[in-house]
Amino acid sequence: MQTTPKSANALKAADGGKIATKSRGYWATVWLSLSRDPISIVCASILVLLVLIAILAPAIAPYSPSQGAMVDRLLPIGSPGHPLGTDELGRDMLTRLMYGGRMSLLMGILPVFVAFAIGTSLGLMAGFFGGWVNTLVMRTTDVFFAFPAVLLAIAISGALGPGLGNSMFALTLVFIPPIARVAESVTTRVRLLDFVDAARASGANSLTIVRVHVFNNVMGVVFIYATSLVSVCMILAAGLSFLGLGVKPPTAEWGLMLNTLRQSIYVQPWVSVLPGFMIFTTSLCFNLLSDGLRGAMDLKR
Amino acid sequence: MTAFLQVEGLQKYFPIGKNFLGRPTQVVKAVEDVSFATERGKTLGIVGESGCGKSTTARLLMDLSPPDQGRITIDGQAYGKGAGRKPITALRKRMQMVFQDSYASLNARLTIEESIAFGPKINGASDREASTKARDLLDRVGLDPDNFIRRYPHELSGGQRQRVNIARALAIDPEIVILDEAVSALDKSVQAQVLNLLADLKAEFDLTYLFISHDLNVVQYVSDDVIVMYLGQVVESGPAQAMYSTPAHPYTAALLSALPALHPKDRKTRAPLEGDPPNPISPPSGCRFHPRCPFAEPMCAETVPLLADIGGGRHVACHMRVPGSGYPDVRPIVTVAPSPTA
Repeated sequence: MQTTPKSANALKAADGGKIATKSRGYWATVWLSLSRDPISIVCASILVLLVLIAILAPAIAPYSPSQGAMVDRLLPIGSPGHPLGTDELGRDMLTRLMYGGRMSLLMGILPVFVAFAIGTSLGLMAGFFGGWVNTLVMRTTDVFFAFPAVLLAIAISGALGPGLGNSMFALTLVFIPPIARVAESVTTRVRLLDFVDAARASGANSLTIVRVHVFNNVMGVVFIYATSLVSVCMILAAGLSFLGLGVKPPTAEWGLMLNTLRQSIYVQPWVSVLPGFMIFTTSLCFNLLSDGLRGAMDLKR
Repeated sequence: MTAFLQVEGLQKYFPIGKNFLGRPTQVVKAVEDVSFATERGKTLGIVGESGCGKSTTARLLMDLSPPDQGRITIDGQAYGKGAGRKPITALRKRMQMVFQDSYASLNARLTIEESIAFGPKINGASDREASTKARDLLDRVGLDPDNFIRRYPHELSGGQRQRVNIARALAIDPEIVILDEAVSALDKSVQAQVLNLLADLKAEFDLTYLFISHDLNVVQYVSDDVIVMYLGQVVESGPAQAMYSTPAHPYTAALLSALPALHPKDRKTRAPLEGDPPNPISPPSGCRFHPRCPFAEPMCAETVPLLADIGGGRHVACHMRVPGSGYPDVRPIVTVAPSPTA
C-alpha cells in the first residue's frame, strides 16, 4: 500500500464507503421506534385524551362539579341525564371525574417532575465528583430509604397539615431520593467511559464535560425511570387524599372521591369503583408508556 | 542535548484498602521510575503484558490520573510539579490520545461532527471553524464528510469509529499522539488499513507517536524505538530492529519467542514464560523478573538492576548483560553497529 497522504482518501472505498441506514437524529429515531409499538400508541392516546379532558373540563363538563341534588343521589350508571350516575350527594359523576382528573394528574405529574429536576442534579453531582460530595448526597438519600414511600409521604404531609400544596411537597420529597440514586449510578458508570477521558484530554473542564457529555447520557435513563414513577405518585396522591391528607372536600379528586363513595359501595358498587378505575387506567398507561419508551431509547437493540 | 519528548522518573502508586484513619494500607506500584525519550517524527513503541503499566503510563502523561512524581519535557519546556515547570494539564494541547475501545471513547448521543468539533470549540474555535475542521479531518482519515458528519457512533463499524477517534485526537493540532492499544480491537485487515492511515497522518501532520500495544508484530512494524515494560518498570529500551533481532533482557527474549512461528517446523512446544506476572502490590525483591527468569542467580533476588547503557542506543535492566554487576557469567550483547548507508 502506498504511504503518501493521498492513500487515506483512497481507503474510503474499503471500509469508509458502507452506508447501513439513512442517518437521523437520536430523538427522531426514538420517536419512530415508539410509533411502531401499538401498546405505546394506545397508552399515549389515552393519556393525551385524559389530559385534554382535564384541561377542557370547565368547557365540556355537563354539570357543576360541586352542585348536587339530594333527590338524585346515587343514581346508577346509564341514568337519563347522568350517563355515569351520581355520587352520594347527587353530583354528576361524569363531571366530577373530569374535574377530578385535573387534580389527580397534577398531583401525579408535578411532584415527579420537580423531583426529576432536583434528583437528577443531585445524582449527577454525586456521581461525577464522587468523594465526599457523593457520600454527603447518597447517605442523606439513604436516610429517606429507611422509610417506606407511603409512610414517608403520610408522615410529611401529616406533619405539614392537609392541603394540596403540602401533599405535593411531601410527594416531591419522597421521589427525590430514588431518582437521585438512579442518576448517581448511571453517572458513575458514564463517568468511567473513555469519551469522558477523551473530553478531559482535549482540555474541557468538569462543568463542560457534565453538560455536553454526561448529562445527555444520564437524562434518558432517569427520564424513563421518572415516567414509571408517575403512576406510583398518582396512587400515593390518591392515597393521601383518601386518608384526608390531600385535597379537601368538596374538591373533586379521584382518591378523595373513592373515599367518600366507599360508604355507598353496597348501594351502587359500579359507581363507587369508577374513580378507582380511572386511577388504575391512568397509572397503567404511564407504566406501559415508560416501558415502551425504554425499549425505544435502547439504540443498540 | 535533550530529546524532543523526554519523560523522567514517572511514578504512580495507587493506594488500595484504607485503615480506620483513612490511611492507605497497601499500594499498587503501577508505574515506578519510568523514563524514556523520543525524537520528533519518530514512533516509540511501548510493549508489555497486561497490567504492566503501559496504559497507566499513557494516562499519567495526559494527566488523566495525576502522577506522583515525574518530569516531562517537550522541546525544552518542562511540565510537572516543581518550580519553572508548567502544570501537566497544559500539556494536553500538545499531546492527545486514542483509546482502545472505539465505542466507549465516543459519546453515543453526539454526532460524529459534534464529537470531533468538541475539542476545537472548547479551545476557542467558533462553531463554523470547528465544523470546517471536523469535515476536513474526516476527509483526512478517509471518511466522506458528507456521508458521516451527521451520523451517530452506533451506525459505524469498529474501523470507522477508530478513524473518527483519530480525527478527534488530531482536532486540536497535537504534536504527540498516544495510541493506547488503538488498533488492538480491530480485525487484521482493518488494522492494516488504520496502521497505514496512521503512517500517512504522521507524515502529513509531522506527528510523534507513542504506540502502546501488547501486539509485538504491530509494534515492530510501526516503531522506530521500543521500550519493554514489566511490572511498572522499563526493563529494556532501544531501536526496534536491534531489540527484535538480539533481545537483551530475558523478558524481552521470552516475549519475542512467544510469537507464533510462520513455519510449522519452528513450532514451539513449550511455553516460553510460565505463570502470571507477580502481584504489583508486593513485587519480588531485587530484579522483579527473577522468579520467572530462566537465568536467575541468587544475586538477582537481592540487587535491583538499573537501566544500563549497552551501546547502540540500547539500555537494559539486567545483571546478566552488565559487566561488573556481580553476575557470575555475564553475557554482553554484541550489537552490530548500523551501517552508515542504512
